[in-house]
Amino acid sequence: MDDVFPEVQEIFRAVLDQPDLVLTRESSASTVDNWDSLAHVDIITAVQSRFKVRFALSDLDRMKNVGDLIDLTQKKLEMK
Amino acid sequence: MLNLDSYSVEDLLLKRRSLHRQLSAVEGLRELRVAVLGGSSTNELVNLLELHLLSSGFRPVFYTSEYGRFYEEAVHDVQALFDFKPEIIYLHTSYRNVENLPPLSCTEEDLPSYISAELKRYRAIWDSLERIANCQIIQNNFEMPPHALLGNMDAAASAGASRFYMLLNMAFAQEAAQRPRLFLQDVHGLSARIGLRHWFDWNRYWSYKLLLMPDANLELTRSLTSIIKAMFGRSSKVLVLDLDNTLWGGVIGDDGVDRIQIGRETAVAEAYTAFQEYCLSLRNRGILLAICSKNEDEIAKSGLNHPSSILKLEHFSCFKANWRPKHENIREIAEELSLGIDSFVFVDDNPAEREIVRSQVPAVAVPDVGSDVTRYAEIIERGRYFEPAALLREDLQRAELYASNSRRQTEQSRFATYGEYLDSLEMTAEIDRFKPVYLERIAQLTNKTNQFNLTTRRYTPSEISTVADDANHIGIYGKLGDRFGDNGLVSVVLGSVKASELHIDLWLMSCRVLKRDMETAMLDVLVARAKEKQLDSIVGYYFPTVKNGMVADHYEKLGFIPKSTYEIPGSSVWSLVIKDYQPRNRHIRILEPING
Repeated sequence: MDDVFPEVQEIFRAVLDQPDLVLTRESSASTVDNWDSLAHVDIITAVQSRFKVRFALSDLDRMKNVGDLIDLTQKKLEMK
Repeated sequence: MLNLDSYSVEDLLLKRRSLHRQLSAVEGLRELRVAVLGGSSTNELVNLLELHLLSSGFRPVFYTSEYGRFYEEAVHDVQALFDFKPEIIYLHTSYRNVENLPPLSCTEEDLPSYISAELKRYRAIWDSLERIANCQIIQNNFEMPPHALLGNMDAAASAGASRFYMLLNMAFAQEAAQRPRLFLQDVHGLSARIGLRHWFDWNRYWSYKLLLMPDANLELTRSLTSIIKAMFGRSSKVLVLDLDNTLWGGVIGDDGVDRIQIGRETAVAEAYTAFQEYCLSLRNRGILLAICSKNEDEIAKSGLNHPSSILKLEHFSCFKANWRPKHENIREIAEELSLGIDSFVFVDDNPAEREIVRSQVPAVAVPDVGSDVTRYAEIIERGRYFEPAALLREDLQRAELYASNSRRQTEQSRFATYGEYLDSLEMTAEIDRFKPVYLERIAQLTNKTNQFNLTTRRYTPSEISTVADDANHIGIYGKLGDRFGDNGLVSVVLGSVKASELHIDLWLMSCRVLKRDMETAMLDVLVARAKEKQLDSIVGYYFPTVKNGMVADHYEKLGFIPKSTYEIPGSSVWSLVIKDYQPRNRHIRILEPING
């Protein structure tokens, strides 16, 4: 969590163009401005290429908030 | 200007918004209305395309179809697209959008009917788009399918999907050859070069209907950008080459002409020979070659006289071998060829030379070719600098035109007066109203002529075609020949009739016929046409740009009277009463128009 979180936050800041954005584990599309379906694609694409991981379709389906994304990324990194 | 080539696709996507901010802050971008009709989600593609068009001098405005509705919005619900008034329509479809794939039971006799059924859908799209929008249509052909269901037979059997897509691509190519406004983007080639395993992104497709990998979308974007640049005459025109370790192996000044690596004797020599052949093939299709080398002139030239050298001195439109900084030489080459320096590509194995040119003349494209001759051509190709939008006869003859130009310059010094020199050229001109065969060339000239261009208005072939048929316009072109050769179609004047005046919307001329009195000959014919329409006067405009200073006094030299200044600073309006106008051209024999 400690490794992944700051970088994921940076990705959100860049994609959403909000340099001061502060995320929590509970942040989700309904609480973060501009996190629409298009931005979501960019965020997932960026996280996958930044950490060199591939999410499965079922993982993406279950993802509800930033906490889920962090945990999933962490899990994929441990499996590598 | 920001160079996007150094960014990875990850960085482009991540930093898209801040890059967009920086790129759109640049002034003088040309608005470009682009409609993208997609068979899968095109958001990522459009985002990348927006950045690349911005960095190529355009300010794009996009229309994108609803997801997957490329057919409906092109053929049935056309109002929105019509209202958008696109200048470019891009139809992005993939193998997944095909509806008439033959079944496994398909026989050899039945196969053509599946091809024609699919082609019919696309013909309906192109016909409709050609009707509703007067613009260029870019359609991609098809990549091969991700799976070869029938193994190797997939490319040979009547029911093979691979064979079906190949035949469909052939049919698309035949259509494009017949439809001047349909341009085929070769996705088949692009995807093959990247590899189909790096092309499709099934994860993102099932999740977000994004069919392609980010890298594939970037490749598609770069290809599209180069096509659009080519359509607007912004492709590169000149390849400037170093000599030592670029066109041959070794340093000719140190090693001597007998020791340089060129020919068939060693692997290294063969690789340099192959690169020379590549350069020659570019020249043969209209790209000018020039040399910029740190060498003694005579020694450098002896290298091109090497019996195994494919490239000879006569293949180069300009040759600079001296010890001055390369960026100065390149600026001089641009002046001598009368071509914009932003149409130059510089290739040198020495990273220090590349760096100084890049920093001193940023408009010149300087690909990082490295120092391995086996990769030079590939790296130049990947930059897509020389993308052609059409293969015109003028392109194929261009190199010869410039070669005879330098012969003309040599002759000039032998005559007492300039008029005597002009007469000695035995010039003949064909000046006539726009004809269908020249529409493409005329539009090409409006897009690439920057110096001798009074208004710098750009036209597409279809716009030229529209004004050619309109009674309220007078459009004439001029072709100029002389005893050294045919210069081709070099001048265009276009005016619109308002009451009893002819207002000149466009007056341009190729710089290769500067100071040949061609403008006087054009004016004579223009006045004659205006008199036929019972007009009283001709009104000319000069709109200054960074490049067209040479024609600021164009109308003054032709005897026009200043009328007023225009609202744009530096611009001017001129007027010529034509009642008593007598033809003035003395040095060019005007050929009778063939079609009257």
